[in-house]
Amino acid sequence: MTGPGAELLSARGIAVWFPVGSAVTARLRHRPRLLRAVDGVDLDLARGEALALVGESGSGKSTLALALAGLRPVNRGSITYDGRPLPTRRSRADRRRIQIVFQDPYSSLNPRLTVGGMLRELIAVHKVVPPREQAAFAAELLRLVGLGEDALRAYPRQFSGGQRQRVAIARALALRPEVLVADEPVSALDVSVQATILNLLADLRRELGPSLLLISHNLAVVRHLCDRTAVMYLGRIVEVGPTERLFTSPAHPYTRGLLAAIPRLAPAGGQEPGGTAGPAVAGDMPSALSVPSGCRFRTRCPHARERCAAEDPALASAPGEPGHLAACHFAFEGIAAGAP
Amino acid sequence: MSREGAGTDGAGGIRGGAGTGPGGAAPGAAAPGGPVLQLRDLKVRIATRRGLVRAVDGVSLEVARGEAVGLVGESGSGKSMTLRAILGVLPPEARVTAGQILLDGADLVPLSQADLNRIRGRKISMIFQEPMSALNPVMRVGHQIAEGPRVHLGYSRSKAAERALDLMRRVGIPDPERRYRAYPHEFSGGMRQRVMIAIALSCDPEVILCDEPTTALDVTIQDQILRLLARLCRESGVSLVFVTHDLPVVAQLCQRVAVMYGGQIAEWGDVRDVLLDPRHPYTLGLVRSAPDVDEVRESLVAIPGSPPSLVSPPPGCRFHPRCAFAEEDCRAEPPPPLRELPGGRRTACLHHERCEDVLATERSPR
Repeated sequence: MTGPGAELLSARGIAVWFPVGSAVTARLRHRPRLLRAVDGVDLDLARGEALALVGESGSGKSTLALALAGLRPVNRGSITYDGRPLPTRRSRADRRRIQIVFQDPYSSLNPRLTVGGMLRELIAVHKVVPPREQAAFAAELLRLVGLGEDALRAYPRQFSGGQRQRVAIARALALRPEVLVADEPVSALDVSVQATILNLLADLRRELGPSLLLISHNLAVVRHLCDRTAVMYLGRIVEVGPTERLFTSPAHPYTRGLLAAIPRLAPAGGQEPGGTAGPAVAGDMPSALSVPSGCRFRTRCPHARERCAAEDPALASAPGEPGHLAACHFAFEGIAAGAP
Repeated sequence: MSREGAGTDGAGGIRGGAGTGPGGAAPGAAAPGGPVLQLRDLKVRIATRRGLVRAVDGVSLEVARGEAVGLVGESGSGKSMTLRAILGVLPPEARVTAGQILLDGADLVPLSQADLNRIRGRKISMIFQEPMSALNPVMRVGHQIAEGPRVHLGYSRSKAAERALDLMRRVGIPDPERRYRAYPHEFSGGMRQRVMIAIALSCDPEVILCDEPTTALDVTIQDQILRLLARLCRESGVSLVFVTHDLPVVAQLCQRVAVMYGGQIAEWGDVRDVLLDPRHPYTLGLVRSAPDVDEVRESLVAIPGSPPSLVSPPPGCRFHPRCAFAEEDCRAEPPPPLRELPGGRRTACLHHERCEDVLATERSPR
């Protein structure tokens, strides 16, 4: 889908570990106990592309997003921007290029600054526009996200959840970023409000053209907004590909389970409400403190065999579809066999 | 000892017959298929500094035996308040000001707290959204499950423990003998919710009230819990009232659904009728504003405006300021009542035929 060289933001072998437990026991064991939140991830985001990171809580998707945005140092691996490696301490110009919208608009906005104050501060610090144009630019930003100019003088508490998320988006756009990272931008909002924010994100992408990295557990939202989708499980990407292909012919058993687990307005196959079928994926995700040997998903996988415990599957591409990769020993067997 | 004896047949069987509760003899109890729970014109008011909030404003519905009924709506629609009113666990400022809550035909509204305590956990139990804050963090999980049968059914310690182990097996907690002595923090979110379900089931209640029990869970775990609840409904004949903002979740679990808006029921009926072929513009709006996993739509149709103030709600239909179908008659007091449509469904919309037109034009080009 995206040719080599088109990548704007690239990650290679990214790992983020958190030491847990007391420092004393860590010294007694001669090594700290590590929670492997992100454990070896390669990811490319092309210019203008919308890429989704999906996964359940604890899969490492938010940690990965924070690492890419430079808000969290990485333990292993490298991040490059436009072919240039990004250091751990990024320059102000680099930080400006990647902006983030957080999940909870109730805690991500400073309650003691008016919206105008917040925007003007950002614009001034980063010298986005000359001082005399600041006010006009702030008003323009609010218009972009569908808020009136009177919002400039208002405090966050005076807004509803959806309006606050609009302010948070305006704040991110104020620096004219090339990459917009949105971490669960609608999951704190009511259903009828979610649609307006999703439409806004789609419109902004069309108008301003930033790359979008969307982190979400809601696969319907992802399908609606994104060109490509990466599925994370226990710190790794287990499948990545063009969104349409990933949703219509998922290759990894986890992706298949995830798609099957979503409740639908019209249950598949005309199933009665409260039907007797078994769950789509059994069991719980293992702890990131004790990752299973071999394939990480094997403890919940209906197809797990001996090889899965011994060998850690690498991401491999589907036959004839280089952009669709899955980390499963048997991912494309069915597809390969059934190919014409 | 006589209570212990009465409990014995309750433990062995799935349901130990219709027990005559403290609420008095219930005429509806003997007839299977009759509603277990019935709300009649229920009104809940909350006193706040800004005035009297009409949180629940005339809600009527019925729940049949073994049936799962969904109560959907956005925040502030009154769905949780309705649920809390049933169990008599409203916040201190809130009061039931009118209406009846009939359990097996007996009204719960006039009961004292002491009388309600004999019903709560015994005939009606509840599952909350956050199991971690609903469970006792310093009490072993097994003891929490055994507490209900000890208190309500008069079980001995060992018999209650046996019952708890049996329940843990039924809700799918692996290795129950070992997990019996564990504390809630040792469980994952999904397992904690299973513990909550075991507690709710522990006295073979007639009705389990579920307040967004899967909202805090991941989608694969939510799927497991929904299937567990559906199985329990089928196997033990317990009825569920399931509050959620998530329409597809209702479609998966419930047979009938009430869509709430502004403290009132906007639409009521069979789950498939209501969600796939809505007859109220609010339901239609909810269905059209959510993205679909199975197909990509050009853009989502948001519902304009914001939910009504429940201190001074708009006159007439609560939804008319946001409604594309609104006419002069929608603004007239009193608000339009629920009207019966063919097929046992009900809608509060005066112009519900327009929903059909919208759906027809939307589906024809495909």
